[in-house]
Amino acid sequence: MQGSERRAISVSVNGSRHDREVEVRLTLADFLRHAVELTGTHVGCEHGVCGACTVLVDGLAVRSCLMLAVQADGREVATIEGLAPGEDALHPLQQAFKDHHGLQCGFCTPGILATLVEYLAENPEPSEAELKVALSGNICRCTGYRDIIAAALDAAARLREARA
Amino acid sequence: MKPPPFRYHDPRTLAETVTLLGTLENAKLLAGGQSLMPMLNMRFVLPDHLIDLNKVAGLAHVEAEGRTVRIGAMTRQRDLERSALLAAKLPIIPAALAHVGHLQTRNRGTIGGSLSHLDPSAELVTVCAALDATVTVAGPGGTRAIPFSEFPLGYMTPATGLDEIVTEIVFEAWPAGHGFGFAEYARRHGDFAIVSAAALLAFRDDGRIGRAALVLGGLEPVPTRLSAIEAALAGETPSEELFAELCRPCAELEAMGDALVPASYRRHLAPVMARRALARAAGIAAAAIH
Ligand SMILES: Cc1cc2nc3c(=O)[nH]c(=O)nc-3n(C[C@H](O)[C@H](O)[C@H](O)COP(=O)(O)OP(=O)(O)OC[C@H]3O[C@@H](n4cnc5c(N)ncnc54)[C@H](O)[C@@H]3O)c2cc1C
Ligand code: FES
Ligand code: FES
Repeated sequence: MQGSERRAISVSVNGSRHDREVEVRLTLADFLRHAVELTGTHVGCEHGVCGACTVLVDGLAVRSCLMLAVQADGREVATIEGLAPGEDALHPLQQAFKDHHGLQCGFCTPGILATLVEYLAENPEPSEAELKVALSGNICRCTGYRDIIAAALDAAARLREARA
Repeated sequence: MKPPPFRYHDPRTLAETVTLLGTLENAKLLAGGQSLMPMLNMRFVLPDHLIDLNKVAGLAHVEAEGRTVRIGAMTRQRDLERSALLAAKLPIIPAALAHVGHLQTRNRGTIGGSLSHLDPSAELVTVCAALDATVTVAGPGGTRAIPFSEFPLGYMTPATGLDEIVTEIVFEAWPAGHGFGFAEYARRHGDFAIVSAAALLAFRDDGRIGRAALVLGGLEPVPTRLSAIEAALAGETPSEELFAELCRPCAELEAMGDALVPASYRRHLAPVMARRALARAAGIAAAAIH
């Protein structure tokens, strides 16, 4: 094998630009965690099944374990670290998850919130059944999902209010 | 789990891509990565070269000219799901996509990737069979069109040559107001179907069935076309009883068995999914008339 090819890439993460030289085989998840040192993006299964690594690339929720860092060159990536509007304030999604105990260990939470950012922007008033489908690609081993759905419904209401 | 080392190529034109694929040894095409990246991470595949199709121009589109609809191989499943053109012309495609993986996988996964991966349970494979799609592939010798009935050669083996790329999938739309139904059973939403069924029905002016298409997915390595049932449906008045009676023999079809799902269970599901898909299609076609 011909050793490891490297490439220079420039990725915007939560609004700030990161220029790095990376191995072409590096996944976006590992780029975020090891090169950018933002460890809020979690890595569970590394084959697309658990949803823990979900981030937004150009506004779309994707599995960062199934994308190469080189494929994010020139793109905007949003991770959980960029969600809160400021040091002391939580995003409505974060607040709703806190209020409803929508997380216990928190391993699945960043991926769930990233998914909901895209989903709720497009579906501001989802039913409980629709939310269950929207979150079917995010596995949680703690909560039993009930509180996640309750938090998501409440977050949807808060976001509608904020927009009105 | 990390992908093994490989050389990465991101060509911008189809001509460049065909040349790369034809000259590089042990190269793999990368589309949405929703099947290939897991296989790389788990090191089930060890390519020396990865040719990324994501920057190749002209491979992502949904276009119609008359009843002919052309979908570029690199069109994301999510864009197909939301396409107004498909909702009008080929509504069974968005209906089936609601069952394909999850929001996050459909944002990346492509139609060309799904057909090329050719999982026996892939919803798009079942639907392309029912719609009698044509797959256009490009290679060193130019392009050729493969009728979908000849596209799956066997278990996860498409008719695409090793030096060929799927560029487009071409469909002839059914008449406006036709009925369509997609039914599947999976253990969780977003899982590959254990057995799925795609049905299309066009009614005649007298309310009887004019034309029918019915295909099962997941039963065998390649889609199961139910030609005998299609023929028997023509000229009949649609009813639940008719569908149940005609689909009953599906329980005797050949079926795959594996550690999780024995063949007997797939055979049990076959008539159930087939009649559900037909009933949905008939309901939609009837509603379109009224
Ligand atoms: C959690 C999860 C759940 C899923 N659930 C489902 C499901 O329920 N139903 C379902 O059908 N799928 C499911 N998938 C798979 C998904 O639909 C993939 O998108 C699809 O199988 C492959 O498409 P892709 O564009 O991602 O292709 P890739 O993964 O990039 O490629 C797949 C294969 O096709 C080849 N290939 C790709 N494009 C071309 C081309 N244009 N010409 C020639 N060869 C090509 C590649 O070389 C590779 O061998 C799931 C995936 C995940 C991660
Ligand atoms: S780590 Fe990416 S989906 Fe599980
Ligand atoms: S809170 Fe622990 S996995 Fe979801």
